[in-house]
Amino acid sequence: MEKQTYSRRFFLSTSSMAAAAVALIPGNVKAFYKNVKKRFIPAKSVNTLSLTINQKQYTVQADTRTTLLDLLREQLQLTGSKKGCDHGQCGACTVHVNGERVLSCLTLAALVQNQPITTIEGLAEGDQLHPMQQAFIECDGFQCGYCTPGQIMSAVACVKEGHTHSVEEIKEFMSGNLCRCGAYNGIVESIQKVAAR
Amino acid sequence: MKPFTLRKPNDIKQALSGKKAGEAYIAGGTNLVDLMKKHIAEPDALLDVTTALSAGIETSSRGIRIGAMVRNSHIASHAAIQSQYPLLAKAILAGASPQIRNMASTAGNLLQRTRCPYFYDITLPCNKRKPGSGCGALEGENRMSAIVGYSEHCVAVHPSDMCVALAALDASVVVSGSGGKSESIPFASFHRLPGTTPEIDNNLPVNALITAVEIPANAFHKHYAYLKVRDRTSYAFALVSVAAALQLSGTKITAARLASGGVAHKPWRWHEAEKFLQGKEATAANFSQAAAIAARSTKPLSHNGYKVTMLQGAIETALHNCLNA
Repeated sequence: MEKQTYSRRFFLSTSSMAAAAVALIPGNVKAFYKNVKKRFIPAKSVNTLSLTINQKQYTVQADTRTTLLDLLREQLQLTGSKKGCDHGQCGACTVHVNGERVLSCLTLAALVQNQPITTIEGLAEGDQLHPMQQAFIECDGFQCGYCTPGQIMSAVACVKEGHTHSVEEIKEFMSGNLCRCGAYNGIVESIQKVAAR
Repeated sequence: MKPFTLRKPNDIKQALSGKKAGEAYIAGGTNLVDLMKKHIAEPDALLDVTTALSAGIETSSRGIRIGAMVRNSHIASHAAIQSQYPLLAKAILAGASPQIRNMASTAGNLLQRTRCPYFYDITLPCNKRKPGSGCGALEGENRMSAIVGYSEHCVAVHPSDMCVALAALDASVVVSGSGGKSESIPFASFHRLPGTTPEIDNNLPVNALITAVEIPANAFHKHYAYLKVRDRTSYAFALVSVAAALQLSGTKITAARLASGGVAHKPWRWHEAEKFLQGKEATAANFSQAAAIAARSTKPLSHNGYKVTMLQGAIETALHNCLNA
């Protein structure tokens, strides 16, 4: 084994001296550093937001930059909505705002205050699954399940909008939701099943 | 994202008087939020205009007025649009995804950035994103780029489908300036060609807001078609798109409109082809001739020569589809 170059005593004495030196930096130098930081790094802006999610009222503190998706997942522990691409291309983050499907990753949370928001967690009634959730299970509408919450939210909206007259129409109106497992046939079948009820 | 502050003006007046340089309006946010995440747009503050702007559609004998805040999907499902301006509904439904159409506003659709992959990658040169840095696409990956109206400074194309229909239908953009004065900009002169200033996409005056889009009453609701050719059948930008509309008296064409997306820095009208069709019989030979006239005015780049053939075929097919609409 190679011989140790520094002793424990050496480490303790030099590190405590360094700590003392940092503590001795005069206040005006610290203030100067703070000013420099303020000049070059814009301060974040935090506001109190009031949101209505799954018929429950939430009041939270959030940075203006917070998207609805990040707020749901990281501050409210509603992790059903998934982050796939975070750029509006995959649909995994689909939720309903005012009864319409939108992408929560491109929605700033502050812009949807006091508007009814429904996430995948708000679909079931207690232990009773939403018909679309049941249909996805029955028709094998998923494999890995990552895109599924977004697919189901989009599928519920697709039926509500009435775009279910043909397989082609369903596929066209579900094109905002990607599935890398390729469960598309099962998804279309699930939608047909619910639409036929 | 760079930190920003957020304000919500109650009306247009407040929105106009309260905006400072370096600040931006936000409505649907489908383009802006994405650009902010990528540090391509870095506003100091956002002004949420979702309640300040009108979300109403008004019809009159002179035409239709679509409020700036009407969501794209609401235009497409509006009864008067479907019966009198079906070309617009068809074009909107060919664009983006249902979720994005539910979010995107009318004004925001017009104001989305004209863009290409070089614009979106901050490690690559792009005169639109960073003036003077050069155009990476000009001699680079330009398969999706323009075939007409471009300059050596920028070859990007405007991505909107809705705007192609609005261009074809001779719409106008109603704008409110900081003086509170309202003016109407013809659609044809709203978007710009890149020239030497590709960083400016349109002629919206500084510190002005789009308040509405107006379409004059027309008789193009019977014979129309919107054809979009793309890499996948849905939720993709156009390689080439064609909005075609005809007015017929028997088999004679009394008026024709032809516009394209995916070919230029702005929605492109094929005026010469339209002029050729006027007064002609609606025959395959004339449709083919019109398509050839349009194709003749294009000048493809190194990797998008295919777009010329594609455009010619798309115009012909769209004109045929007008007869079956």
